[in-house]
Amino acid sequence: MILRFKNVYVKEAATVAGPYESKGPLSNYFDKKYRKDLYCGEKSFEQAEVKLLEDSLKLVLKKTNLKEDNIDLVIAGDLLNQITSSCYSSLKMNSPFLGIYSACATSVEGILLASSLIEGGFAKNVIAATSSHNMSSEKQFRNPTEYGAPKPKTATFTATGGASILLSDEPSKVKVSEGVIGTMVDYNQKDPLNMGAAMAGAAAHTLAEYFKESKYKPADFDLILTGDLGRYGKEILKDFMKEEYKITLGSNYNDCGTILYDLDRQKEVMAGGSGPVCSALVAYSKVLNSLNKGEYKRVLLVATGALFSPTFVYQKKPILSIAHLVCLEAI
Amino acid sequence: MKEKKYQGIVERHKPSEEKGKFALIAFLVGGLVGMLGEGLICFYVKVLSISRSDASTYMIVTLIFIASLLTALGVFDNLVKKAKCGLIIPITGFAHSMTSAAIDYKKEGPIYGIGSNIFKLAGSVILYGIVSSWVFGMIRYGIEVLK
Repeated sequence: MILRFKNVYVKEAATVAGPYESKGPLSNYFDKKYRKDLYCGEKSFEQAEVKLLEDSLKLVLKKTNLKEDNIDLVIAGDLLNQITSSCYSSLKMNSPFLGIYSACATSVEGILLASSLIEGGFAKNVIAATSSHNMSSEKQFRNPTEYGAPKPKTATFTATGGASILLSDEPSKVKVSEGVIGTMVDYNQKDPLNMGAAMAGAAAHTLAEYFKESKYKPADFDLILTGDLGRYGKEILKDFMKEEYKITLGSNYNDCGTILYDLDRQKEVMAGGSGPVCSALVAYSKVLNSLNKGEYKRVLLVATGALFSPTFVYQKKPILSIAHLVCLEAI
Repeated sequence: MKEKKYQGIVERHKPSEEKGKFALIAFLVGGLVGMLGEGLICFYVKVLSISRSDASTYMIVTLIFIASLLTALGVFDNLVKKAKCGLIIPITGFAHSMTSAAIDYKKEGPIYGIGSNIFKLAGSVILYGIVSSWVFGMIRYGIEVLK
């Protein structure tokens, strides 16, 4: 089912990036950068993540000259247990708050919820925000941060940053026109060091759902972006789309995980970026900029999330995945 | 059917890992760590005039200290990236796993942080080290009895 929005616009967005992202090709597009300090001046990596998200919330208000009182709702989610980064960073907003989780697909889940509330007339200005931190998620999902375990080439690198997007019913240059709420899929993938393979199936499912109903074909988009499939997941998606759904993704298709970093130069990121903020850092910076300037007319963003926990992986359960889709159009 | 097709595509795009190369690097680096250990034993025997078995305890403590210090300085994980498992298999890897866990959980305090998490990775090594030493001890005992 496609959600169609008539009255939802992107007012502004703010991105805050960590050291690895600041060294990447999108560096100039970020609003704030912590070039050297993974701690962002805080005491722990978890608190650093709070700081990143808090910064992005403050910045989005500053860029629009709005006050906390003007915000009807903050919707936020992240990767840490009990989505604590989102809660702690949103406290100072002093606004109604909804915490959400769909792993790395959280950014678009937030946009879809915010858009629905605006379209329904329940809210005027809604912020959808998300964050992730390489070290805090490494600590939670894998090994201690200083532990050096060799990783396979398919491993992805959780992006560090915070990103907020402010949606409003007030017309602006970019419109949120359509969306698809994803369906969970299970392709029996069990390798947490090959997230691209775990999530490509969900992206394919959501894209196929969208193109079945939409009046557009893949070629009608200036850019089709998946969230964080990485170098190998991207190829899996292309092949699976072609073989299962007979849909060809052309040169207008790319993956945020491979855009956020320079994969040839930044070897430490292995197959590419991941984490909820990965798709947000790419989409809310360079892509939104191009939409605002009119260089892009229509962009499809498909954020992909792996729904699992270390506990379930150790209990040999497969990694589930989901992909939420949103279509952004320049007016 | 769909799942099988998907798995086929996943396998097709799985990059091959240079396992042979990594094993060779690990073998060489591990061997070098062994050589360093032997050198330290000789050094302690000569300089401190102690027995060889005492010197090997000193050697282990020295290697643990070096690995822990390099972990704390944030260097060790980068070395592992280059040396692969050559630094993880010897006692240096054991020290590294404990120190890295201790650093990570320092913020949660001495009890719920460091205390309950320091053996997060090393716990398995200790448990199965003891179990396997018991098994090999029994085998050795059996052989002695049969003699």
